[in-house]
Amino acid sequence: MDQSIAPTSRRVVLGVSEPTDDALDAPDLPTEPMPLNMGPSHPAMHGTVRMVLDVEGEKITSADVQIGYLHRCFEKESESATWTQVFPYTDRLNYVSPMLNNVGYAIAVEKLLGIDKQIPERAQFIRVLVGEMSRVTDHLTCLGAGAMELGAFTVFLYMLKAREWFYELLEEVSGARLTHSYMRIGGVCDDLTEDFVPRLTDILKRTRVVLEDVSKLLDRNRIFRDRMDGIAIITREDAIAWGLTGPVGRSAGLAYDVRKDHPYLVYDRFDFDVPIGSVGDNFDRYACRVEEIKQSMRILEQAMEQLPGGPVVVKDPRITLPPKSETYNSIEAMIAHFKIIMDGIHVPPGEIYSFTEGGNGELGFYLVSDGTGRPWKCRVRPPCLPAVQIMMKLLPGLFLADVVPTFGMMNMIGGECDR
Amino acid sequence: MAQIILDTLIGHFKSGEIIDTGSQHGNEWARVRRDAWLAVATFLRDDPATAMNMMSDLTAVDRFGHEPRFDVVMHLYSIDKKHRVRLYGGVPEEDPTIESVVSLWPAVNWFEREAFDLYGVRFKGHPDLRRILMYPEFVGHPLRKDYPKEKRQPLIRRQMGKAD
Repeated sequence: MDQSIAPTSRRVVLGVSEPTDDALDAPDLPTEPMPLNMGPSHPAMHGTVRMVLDVEGEKITSADVQIGYLHRCFEKESESATWTQVFPYTDRLNYVSPMLNNVGYAIAVEKLLGIDKQIPERAQFIRVLVGEMSRVTDHLTCLGAGAMELGAFTVFLYMLKAREWFYELLEEVSGARLTHSYMRIGGVCDDLTEDFVPRLTDILKRTRVVLEDVSKLLDRNRIFRDRMDGIAIITREDAIAWGLTGPVGRSAGLAYDVRKDHPYLVYDRFDFDVPIGSVGDNFDRYACRVEEIKQSMRILEQAMEQLPGGPVVVKDPRITLPPKSETYNSIEAMIAHFKIIMDGIHVPPGEIYSFTEGGNGELGFYLVSDGTGRPWKCRVRPPCLPAVQIMMKLLPGLFLADVVPTFGMMNMIGGECDR
Repeated sequence: MAQIILDTLIGHFKSGEIIDTGSQHGNEWARVRRDAWLAVATFLRDDPATAMNMMSDLTAVDRFGHEPRFDVVMHLYSIDKKHRVRLYGGVPEEDPTIESVVSLWPAVNWFEREAFDLYGVRFKGHPDLRRILMYPEFVGHPLRKDYPKEKRQPLIRRQMGKAD
C-alpha cells in the first residue's frame, strides 16, 4: 500500500486525526436521505401499492403511499350493467371475503326497492353463514400472509390449510372458490348443499385446532413480539379522525362494529363478543383478528343451530327470476325472465347509503337510482382506504423493516382499495 | 332516528345555508349551499347535539342534465350518538370548486383526491390535490357521464417500431 496516500485519504474520509482500529467502524460516515421505491410489484406488498419512501439509513423520514394500480373501474362498469350484473363486480372488490361484499350490495339494493323486511328468514341465515365464513377466510389470509412476511412460513401454511377447507365448502355451495356471485336481489341464488351443516361443524373443529397451533407458535414468540409490539400505534382519537373501522379501528380502542351497533340481517339473534384492543399497535391488530375468527365461529355455530327452513329468495315476479320449470313451459314466465334479464330490475328512483361490516370495517354502498334497470351511480366506500391513508402518517419515524408488519396488519386488499 | 341532526341544522343556520332537508329509506339528508359547506361541516362536528366525529365517505354524483351538474355527497357519522347524515353540496360545471373539509377530518384527504380525479371537482384548501387512482398523465375525468369510454388514452400503448 502506498503509505503516502493511505493515511491522508483515510483521514479525509473518516474525519479522525489518525487511523485507528475503531475508525474502521466509520462512526462519522455521512448519510444523506435517499428515496426508496417499494412496489408496486413487491413480494411484501399485499396487492399492488407503491410506497415512495425517503429513508435516512434505515429510518423512514417521509412516505408517499400511492394506490390505484388495481383500479378496474368498478363504478363506471356498474353504470352500464343491470343491478344483478353488478354482483360479479362486487365479488372482485374484497376478493378474500367476497360473500361480505355480495351481502352488502344486495342489502343496499333491497333497501332501495323497499323489500328489505321481506327477505325470507332462511335466506338471511344463509347470508350470515356464508358471510361469516368469508370473514374467517379474510382474517386467516391476512394473518397467514402477515406472519409469513416475518418469516413464520409454517403459520402461513397452517392458516392457508384452514382457509382451503372454507373455500372448498363455499365452492360446493356457490360454484366458485372466490368469485361466488352467490347473492341475488331478494335472497340467495340457490339453497345450501345437503351436507353443509355437518361439513361446517367438522371444519370449525379442525380450525380451532389450527388456531391453537398458531397461537403456540406466535403469541409468545420473541421474534414475532419484538417485531410487532409497540410499532405503529394508533390512538382512539386518531382512529375516529382518520375514519378507521373494523379490526384496525377496534384494535385502537374504537368500539364500533356495525353488526352490534346497527344490526342487520339476523345478527341481533346471536350471542357474540367484539374484541377491542387497548394499545393499537401491530400486535393488537393481530390479536383482534385472531379473536374475531373465534367469535365468527361462535356465530356460525349458533346460526347453524337456528337455521330455519323455507324459501331462499323473495317471491316477487318483478324481482326474482321464475323457476326454470315454469320458464321453459309457460310463455308468461319466459317473458318475465326475459324482461328481468334484459331490462334489469326496475328500482324506484332514490338514493341510499347502506353499510355492513366487511372484513376490514364499515363497507358502505352508496347507490343512486334513476328508476331504470341500471344504477346511475354505484359507489363503494372501501374500509381499507382510510387504513392505507393513515400509513402516510404512521410510517415516518419507523424503520424500513417495520413497514412489512405494519402494512400486513392493515390488511389492504388491492381490489377493495382501488376498486 | 337522525331527525335531531336536521332539526339542529335548521335551527342554527337561518340565512338559507340549508337549502333543503329530507329523509329517504331511513337516511336523513340535507342540501347545503356551496359557500356554507365548511361552516355547516364544522358546526356538525363541534355541536354537542350532533357530534359527527367520523367522516364516513365523500364522493360526487354527476347529475348530467340537471343544474348544478355535480353534487358533492358527504356522509358523516357520530360514534357516540350513532346517527348519520348525508350532506349534498351542489357544484356547477363552469366552476367545479368547493371548500375542503380536510382541516376537520384528516380522513377526507384521499376521498377528496378521488372526487377530483374521477369527477374534476376541485377542493379549495386541500394540501395535496392530485390524482390518486389514475396515472398522472391521464386526460379527463372518467366518472363523468360524458367521458368517452371507448376512446383511447395517451400512454397506454407502447410505441410500435421503437426499440425498447
